[in-house]
Amino acid sequence: MKKKAFSALLSLALMGGIVLGGCSSSSSSSDDSGKSSGGKTVVKMMHLWPEGSSKAQFTIVDDIIKDYEKANPDVDIQTEILGNEQYKEKIKVLSASNELPDVGITWAAGYMQPFVEGNMFAPLDDIVQKDQFVAGTLDAFSVDGKPYALPLELNITPVYYNKEIFKKYNLEVPKTYDEFLKVVKTLADNGVTPITLGNKDRWTGSMWFMYLADRIGGPEALNNAINRTGSFEDPALVKAAEEITKLVDMGAFVKGFNGLSNDEAKGYFMNEQAAMYLMATWELPNYTTSPDVSQEFKDKIGYFKFPTYEGGKGNIDSYVGGPGVGLFVSEQSKVKEEAKKFVAYLVEEWGKRSVVDAGVIPATVVDTSSGDLDQMYIDILNDLGNATNLTLYADVQMSASVADVHLNQIQALFGGQTTPKEFAKTQEEALAAEE
Amino acid sequence: MNKVMSNKFVIALYTLPALLLILVLIYIPIALSGYYGLMDWNGIGEMKFIGLENYITLVQDKVFWTSTWHSFLLAIFSTVSLLLYLAVSLVLASKIKGSDLLRKIYLIPMLLSSVAIAQLWMKIFDPTNGMANKLLEWFGMENTPIWLADPAIALYAIFIPVIWQYAGFYILIYYAALKNVPDEVIEAAKIDGANPLQIAIKIKLPLISGVFKVTIMLAVVGSLKYFDLIYVMTGGGPNGASEVMASYMYKEAFKLNHFGYGSAIGFGLLVICMLMTLLTSKLTKSNDDVQY
Repeated sequence: MKKKAFSALLSLALMGGIVLGGCSSSSSSSDDSGKSSGGKTVVKMMHLWPEGSSKAQFTIVDDIIKDYEKANPDVDIQTEILGNEQYKEKIKVLSASNELPDVGITWAAGYMQPFVEGNMFAPLDDIVQKDQFVAGTLDAFSVDGKPYALPLELNITPVYYNKEIFKKYNLEVPKTYDEFLKVVKTLADNGVTPITLGNKDRWTGSMWFMYLADRIGGPEALNNAINRTGSFEDPALVKAAEEITKLVDMGAFVKGFNGLSNDEAKGYFMNEQAAMYLMATWELPNYTTSPDVSQEFKDKIGYFKFPTYEGGKGNIDSYVGGPGVGLFVSEQSKVKEEAKKFVAYLVEEWGKRSVVDAGVIPATVVDTSSGDLDQMYIDILNDLGNATNLTLYADVQMSASVADVHLNQIQALFGGQTTPKEFAKTQEEALAAEE
Repeated sequence: MNKVMSNKFVIALYTLPALLLILVLIYIPIALSGYYGLMDWNGIGEMKFIGLENYITLVQDKVFWTSTWHSFLLAIFSTVSLLLYLAVSLVLASKIKGSDLLRKIYLIPMLLSSVAIAQLWMKIFDPTNGMANKLLEWFGMENTPIWLADPAIALYAIFIPVIWQYAGFYILIYYAALKNVPDEVIEAAKIDGANPLQIAIKIKLPLISGVFKVTIMLAVVGSLKYFDLIYVMTGGGPNGASEVMASYMYKEAFKLNHFGYGSAIGFGLLVICMLMTLLTSKLTKSNDDVQY
């Protein structure tokens, strides 16, 4: 009889353990933010740079928080850190249950839209100094002219090339698209892969299309098609698609590009099996500071701006690119004012430290005279200063479902499964359907 | 102890934890996903009840039916490959030299995680530097295929690692079943003058037919809900050429934020899996008279 009671008790305890175990994690995080221990104002922050995988960014944020707490002894900043993908998932779950942290990280435009529409993010127009940011970056985080997050990172996309391969075939850096085609042809004729492209990821091919669209029809052509003041069947966009088809037919891109991920494609460039690679400036550490890449290879790599198209409206100083992540303040936050103050401070400090410490180009204007930066960074930052326009990645501008249509069409265009006309028509229909 | 076990209350108490877990982790989510399928929901904002609209869209969705067809193709391929596994296990079980080592070699893919297998085969299929094309070039082939980038063959290219991946699992099952065939039956057949092929087909196979049926069911259902290698190797691309039901569901729900529609797809997948399970068990029932 004793035994029976004991086993019953044991199983009850086991069950209790399971049930209570499920609750424990939520109960600790659900206590209200606001005044707590020692009368300090607690600001909760979530970010996506774990110490293990993004040490440089982690350290910058950590230092900034310490400095801020020192300057404001009545404030306690508590961070929760997750990896990129988990962060994306968790933020969705938290917003569904109205438990967003006071300060957090978001992506621009299409990703942010549902949060803003659902009244999750606080407008930040009262803490923004417009001239602090590089032109165009704040717009990506604005809805109806009001910024809902402050951008931290900025990337533009130059064409990286292997100087040694260029030299071997007596090639010059192309300034015009015709010169560019000659470079491609010479390389292809000599059995060298001219361009590596990981178009399984699709946004990679989209950047090629975006540049051609920009150089042929100016930045308005694509932007207007997306914001619905124009049409995707604009002759300039169809022309850009035709140029893509021509490039593919010339054998400009690496074999099997539609099955290669961006990382695999990058391997061809890093192993000097391909001469050119169009990618954003987040690749810069690989060609400058990264200890994992040999200096010999780094010396071989240069970059050039996407060439101009003869008779086209686009300018060589117009770039495809955009801000990466930005900081938001939760609309539901009980310490909104404190959180806003902290965000403004963080963005400013981040701008001072991120290039030198992490090789990340901030969205704020950088002073290149101080600090010992690699020449490639100085060049890129100068180019940024002279940029006439920055076109945000098309798939980021669009809503998730239209972006999917766009990206699929890009893959089909590159793969020859659609014609330039159909390519434009399908996207026009998708955009029109969402109006 | 016997007394304890005959007490209904204690039985209920003992099964309760497991029952609760199954309910919370399996049955309730299934019911919920059927319910979410009735909603217009982006996973962030508020849910809006839209009745059967998602399910009606689902029935008319060409992409869904293409993905379903791809899943069925995989089911057919993996069922046919069961014969291959069976042949291998027959050889392994027949006391040949080195069968122990061979068995371990066949088991290796089972020990690797799906993502590792996917990475491995992506390297093999690399159009320029990959092993597959290097081999074809060595044989003198000029226009080597681009494998995962070619919509016409991408799906079949993925079937190869899938079939390789599960070889160990099924060979292990068959091997165990074949080892359970009593020696005296085989001895008797030998005395009656049966050759090894006759023994395999007329004695061993009928005796393990029960196991074989189970594996058909496993292969069919496993293929219909298959996800991992496809997701990592092509992500369903190029352009949906290798999309299967599960990868399509993931894409709709998590990439496009259509949680309502994604749930409807999930529910559709469940219904199709159940129908196929019923059908397979019906089809394989006919020769149930051979009992071990």
